[in-house]
Amino acid sequence: MTTNQFMFFLFATIIVVFSVLTVTSRRILRAATFLLFVLVSTAGLYFMLKFNFLAAIQLTLYAGGIVVLIIFSILLTSQIAEKLEQPALTKKIFAGLAAVIGASLCIYTILLYNFIPSNLPSIGTNVDTIGQALISTGKYGYALPFEVISILLLSAMIGSIIVAKKRKD
Amino acid sequence: MFEGVPLTWFLIVATIMFFIGIYGFLVRKNLITILMSLELILNSVNINFVAFNKLLYPQHMEGMFFTVFVIAVAAAEASVAIAIIINIYRRLINIDVERIDEMKY
Repeated sequence: MTTNQFMFFLFATIIVVFSVLTVTSRRILRAATFLLFVLVSTAGLYFMLKFNFLAAIQLTLYAGGIVVLIIFSILLTSQIAEKLEQPALTKKIFAGLAAVIGASLCIYTILLYNFIPSNLPSIGTNVDTIGQALISTGKYGYALPFEVISILLLSAMIGSIIVAKKRKD
Repeated sequence: MFEGVPLTWFLIVATIMFFIGIYGFLVRKNLITILMSLELILNSVNINFVAFNKLLYPQHMEGMFFTVFVIAVAAAEASVAIAIIINIYRRLINIDVERIDEMKY
């Protein structure tokens, strides 16, 4: 077993175990912490694949931003001391059945399909290349989606401020 | 093959994570835990994009940029969702999906 395989199994185990704990834990603050573990080990997978910039984004935006936002909203809206109520057994069974059947169908299809791995050298993901691609308007340029996502973020920011603002009445 | 780790392993991990997210989405009642399941689902899709990009088309960067855009959309979605959740809590003092039926009838 090579180092890569070992690291992959480590991250995969962390991801699967803590994903299950995220959706089954009955203490909501713990569920948020387990989600943080999942997101950090996903960043580990990105580092393994040598997507350093993406892993940094994952760590700062997901782990540093979204999880902190979720934890703040938990502190604002929930009684963290009390446990969430247990979902009904039939609901659990049917949801679990749907998940297991869907997962096994997808995994079966993945194993059946013959992916042809590429031997070409990687283009490299240094920040210089990424920045050039983000502002380029030619082939393989992403200027338009970049601008669209900026407008989306601005409107989401304004929208969430207006929605969460306290009414005067 | 990425130095001993084939593509299918990444896809299988992402699939398992995706369906765990689906399970949580169906079972949970609290709005914030549903939002957390949604983050799991989006994150598993990101792993798929990155693995395809690195192992099948290493000379392009499409997968990476899609992942960046998915992360940006997830951040926007989380902020709007949490604003709505806080507003609902302020009006109804609970955030259980089964008790929020003010607009139903």
